[in-house]
Formats: sequence, structure tokens, C-alpha cells
Amino acid sequence: MRHIISILIENEAGALSRVAGLFSARGYNIESLSVAPTEDASLSRMTLVTRGSEEIVEQITKQLNKLVDVVKLLDLTEGAHIEREMMLIKVRATDSSERDEIKRLADIYRGNIIDVSKTSYVIELTGHNGKLDSFIQSLGDIPILETVRCGSMGIPRGEKSLHL
Amino acid sequence: MELSGAEILVQFLKDEGVECVFGYPGGSVLHIYDELYKQEDIKHVLVRHEQAAAHAADGYARTSGKLGVVLVTSGPGVTNAVTGIATAYMDSIPMVVITGQVPTAVIGSDAFQEVDTVGITRPCSKHNFLVKDARDIAITLKKAFHLATTGRPGPVVVDIPKDVTDPNVKVPYSYLETISMRSYHPKVKGNARQIRRAVQLILSAKRPVIYSGGGVILSGAANSLTEITRVLNIPVTSTLMGLGGYPAADRQFLGMLGMHGTYEANMAMHECDVLIAIGARFDDRVTGKIEKFCPDAKIVHIDIDPASISKTVKVDVPIVGDVDSVLAEMLQLLRSTGSELNPVELKQWWALIDKWRATDCLAYDHDSDLIKPQFVVEKLWEITGGDAFISTDVGQHQMWAAQFYKFDKPSRFVTSGGLGTMGFGLPAAMGIQFANPGADVACITGEGSIQMCIQELSTCFQYMLPLKIINLNNRYLGMVRQWQEFFYGSRYSHSYMDALPDFVKLAESYGHVGMYIEKPADVEGALKEAFALKDRLVFLDFITDQTENVYPMIAAGKAHHEMEMSPKSVLI
Repeated sequence: MRHIISILIENEAGALSRVAGLFSARGYNIESLSVAPTEDASLSRMTLVTRGSEEIVEQITKQLNKLVDVVKLLDLTEGAHIEREMMLIKVRATDSSERDEIKRLADIYRGNIIDVSKTSYVIELTGHNGKLDSFIQSLGDIPILETVRCGSMGIPRGEKSLHL
Repeated sequence: MELSGAEILVQFLKDEGVECVFGYPGGSVLHIYDELYKQEDIKHVLVRHEQAAAHAADGYARTSGKLGVVLVTSGPGVTNAVTGIATAYMDSIPMVVITGQVPTAVIGSDAFQEVDTVGITRPCSKHNFLVKDARDIAITLKKAFHLATTGRPGPVVVDIPKDVTDPNVKVPYSYLETISMRSYHPKVKGNARQIRRAVQLILSAKRPVIYSGGGVILSGAANSLTEITRVLNIPVTSTLMGLGGYPAADRQFLGMLGMHGTYEANMAMHECDVLIAIGARFDDRVTGKIEKFCPDAKIVHIDIDPASISKTVKVDVPIVGDVDSVLAEMLQLLRSTGSELNPVELKQWWALIDKWRATDCLAYDHDSDLIKPQFVVEKLWEITGGDAFISTDVGQHQMWAAQFYKFDKPSRFVTSGGLGTMGFGLPAAMGIQFANPGADVACITGEGSIQMCIQELSTCFQYMLPLKIINLNNRYLGMVRQWQEFFYGSRYSHSYMDALPDFVKLAESYGHVGMYIEKPADVEGALKEAFALKDRLVFLDFITDQTENVYPMIAAGKAHHEMEMSPKSVLI
């Protein structure tokens, strides 16, 4: 099953490699990983998407908790939560009908065209990762020049939150 | 107080009460070595190879109740020490390893003797640090000591670039008595509800067995374990790491369990209805085939490391906490309720166990013209009154040591259980002797293992360590040979130890006493003579039967009740 785990970790050199190293050493799989400092500069927040049986995910959370740099973690999959991912995608856009079609698609998916050249558009799109996949599918024959995705981020709904 | 980084480091070690450091100098730790030279409070032991420094600190830690301290230089100093660090990590031994690093300005430039110490030691240490400023040395070392000794103990590496210990850069220093880290709060006390559930389950058992591990030794819980076992009057078996946690000569002790465990211990595991795992981690050498492990048992598991619980075997009542603290609470609860197990059921259980015991699964040939390795260990046990500190290397001799030296006290048996490191025995024995001057220390080894750290005979001579080296010399990598005999059609691929040195002359050339023993009748006399030499290291080269195998044995993929038995044991 797919699990999305949020981790508060000391914002120190090597913290990321401790997490990545744990996954490779124990043969766990990382589907995506995104990390950045929080409002408290001494802490980073990491969102990690992994897959495994209940037993494996239990071991993953225990092993993560055991890392000395990990301050706190939460398996978001255990409760209601919001998940978002951002994508920047560069597509070929030369003739006007192609350009219109891309603009329409971007609007439907509530994306923004953030860069325009004579031959290309860059579209910024945010949403659940399934929505981003669907957008790519919808592009059909339009040639994709580049795709950048940040990996999923998540936050619990309502009162529940992951903080110190 | 303004001090240089090197001064702070040495002062900190003094303030922490460190008495002994095992190390080897080199370029990036020269400032530190210069400070060590100027003082007399801390004894520095100069080993002959950095691996031995870590093993010696490990042996010191296991038998002193203090943590071991290692000091090595950057690059090869670190990579040599890695085997020792990984050994301590697998066996949860408290250790702080201080490593030199190239100056901060050249880190990452492939400088001379540069290696990514933090990267290399990350997966084999509890935690590690790179100190980039002299002002951070004291607090980082404090964290390292705290991490190494609390929770599930382990080695912590502190990597210090040379410029950070520069004698010309002075910064303020004051000793911190305590430290707290927001991301690290090991649990000591067990959950009261879980403890109650565990006690209820144990009291309802008909065929209970205690499976005790190294956590009992590390937590100092031998007395509590002994008490609760006696109060309940139930059988107890131990892992390799747990030996000595319960007196081996006692009736309630079933011997070691697992791959080379006793028949009675493994059968009791297979047939039990309640298993009480205490400070043990269900290692594959213990469980055998996991699907057939304790098929009828409800399992209680007490461990300080939550990640050890339900890692390989799903348990019914997990208790996270310090073993000694949890056992004390369980005892209190048992006493206050005054309940006991059903005496009729328990009597039947003991009768069954005594029947298994009658197989005499450790029997061996006493009439052989060749020295049986088991006989040497048995005699060693007799002659030392069962009270020596024993270190081992890895292989057949290690198993015979575990089976035939009956440990009555904790921290007497020092062996590389998790990593299985050949070369561990001799340097570990050095550490033991430093921690216990005047005590009898013996290293049970083989001609294969001993050669992996043989250079330490020189260290032993420098510090006049009167170790007794019991070399069970069968001219084979015995355990490899045994597996090749059983599972590879007796094709002894590269397990014969050809071109062995004359160990007697080798010992003598290092300044020690060497003895060559090839007749069973001479074993006892040689051991007595060796232990009478109180101030000399004696290397006893016992020429043993090459064909001897370790029994019982659970082959890979087999369950506890599927043991290969010794031809000498009584089948029932």
C-alpha cells in the first residue's frame, strides 16, 4: 500500500542522506521525496512516499524514528490529509492552434503558463499527483520537451498537525 | 577558560572520567596526540592496527560498565577502524570513536588521507558528527557520549578536521554536566498496562520459556532476570550475547538456543505456549526458519529499541523499555498479586524438558587419541573456576566456548555475535585486561581467526598483558569446513590453513611464552602451567581433531525441532 510520511528532521548537513541511506540499506522503496526548511530554520520538513505491506511500513516508521536527527514523524495515510505536488512542464508550442489547445488544457487543469517563447510554453501545475499524470496524458500528441515534478507534499486536515 | 580544540578534547575526556583511550596516531590527529603527551590522567594504549583499537575499546566497554574510547587518524585510520565500529554497532556496545579529518579548507578535494568518514560510518554507527568549529567540540562530544551510552547503546563517531584542533586557536570551554536533545528521548520505563498484560499472559502459561539476550547484559539486568526466573520456576535459554545473564550451572538454565543451541533449549522453544523474549532481537541464527518459529506460542517481547519489536517475528505483547526497569516492575506485580503458574502443568513441562535434556546433546568422544576442542574448553572452565573473562574469535571455537564454558556471571563472555568478526578475540581480550587488571583473561580462538589480528601480540608485550591465548588449532577454517562437509559434498574449497607459522616461536619472538600441546593427557597440565604464569602472556597452541564438528546444528531453512545431532548424543 502507498504511504505518505511526513518527517520533521534537524536541518543539518547529512540529514537527507541518513534518510536516503536507511532506505537503500534496508531495501525499502522511495517513490518520491521532497524536503525544505520550515518556518523554524533549524528544522526541515520531509515528505516521503513509499510503498509496502503494513509490517514493512511499520518498520520504516520505527527505523526513521530511530534516526537521531528525526525529531518527529507522522504517517499521513493514517488520517484525513491533503496531498499536493507541483509540476513544471515545457511543451512545444509553435502554430497558433497548438498554442490555443495548450492554453485551454492549462485552464481546464487550473495551471498557469509561466514562460512563453516562439516555440514553447512552460506550464506550472499543482495538485494531487494523479491530476498531474492526467494532464500529461491529456497533452496527447503535443511534444513534451521537459518535465520537472517536486514529489508529493502532504499536510493533515483540520486540527491535527505535525509540529514540535 | 580559553583552550585550543585539542586541549578541549583532552580536558573533556578527563571531565567525563575517561581513563583509557585506544588509538593510533597520524597526521590529522597530531595536535590531539600532542595534548595527550602533556598529561597523565588518561592512559593511551597504542595498538598495532586501528581495527584492534576499536575491538579493544569494545572489550573494555563490555567488561567495565563504561564506554570505550577510540582515537584514530583520517583516511586509512578510519577505514581500518570500520570493522571494529561495525562490530560494536551490531552488538550495541557503547563506544565513542574520535577520528581525525583533513583540514576543513581541503575537505572534498581528495586531499592526502582524506576519506568521507561521516559517509562511510553512517550505516555502521548509532550516529556520527563532523565538527567544523573548535567551539562545537565540547557539546558534540557530550552528545556523542550521551548517545553512545543511553537507549540502545552503540558506537558514535566524531570526525574532527585538523584545523579545528589547532593549538593556536583558543576558544572558551566549560564542561556541560548534562545534555538534552529534542530529537532523542529513549524510553526507560515500560508501559504499565502492557506490563500487566504480559504478567497475566505469563501466569496463564502451561509451557513457558524465557529467551534472554544481550540486552540483559547491557541493561545490567542479570539479577532481575535470575530473580524472576526463580520466582516463576520456569526454564530460561539464552542467546550467544546473553550468556552469563543467568547462571549457566543452574537447573533452570537450558543452555544456548539457536543454530548451535542445545536440544532442550530448541525443543522448549518449539513446544512452548508462551515465549518471553527479554533484550533479544530474534536474529536469524536464533530463530531458524521464521515461518516455523515457536508455532504455538504467544510472545512477550521486552526491548529498549522499538524497531527491534515485531521486526522479524510478530509479537503479542510488546514492551518498550529498559530491560532491568521492566523486569523490576514485573517482579513487583508478581509479588503483590502472589499468583503463580499452574503447578501441575509446570511439573509436566519440566518433566518433558528433563527428557530432552537426557539426550546429552553436547556429548563428545572422551577416549580419542586426539585433543577434542570441547575438552580444552571444559578444562579451561574447570581450571579458571568458571570465573575468567573469555573473549573469542568467530567460528567453531566460538560455539564450543559458548557451549562448554559455563558462564555464571554477566559480562564474562565477550564475543562478536552480530557481525561475526574474525580477529576480534585478541584485541578484545586486551581491552578486557585493561578494564580488569589482575583478572584471568583468556582468548579462545582458532588458527584462522588469530592470524587476523596477530600483530597485537606486540601491543600485549608493550603493556605486559598476561592474556592466555587458547588456540584450538585444527589446521582448518573449521566452521567453513563443517559447512563444506555437510552441504558441499566435502569439497573443502580453500578452508585448509596451509603454511601455518610455528605459533610457539611466533609468541616467543613477540616476547611471550608459547606452548605446543598435542596430547589429550597434556591439556590440563598445560592450562595449569599457563595460568600459574600470572604476569606473562601464554600462547597455548592446542593441536585438535580436524574432523570435529559443532553439534547440535540447525541447518539453514530448518526449524528448532529439526536438529542435526552429534553421533555421541543419546537418541530418544
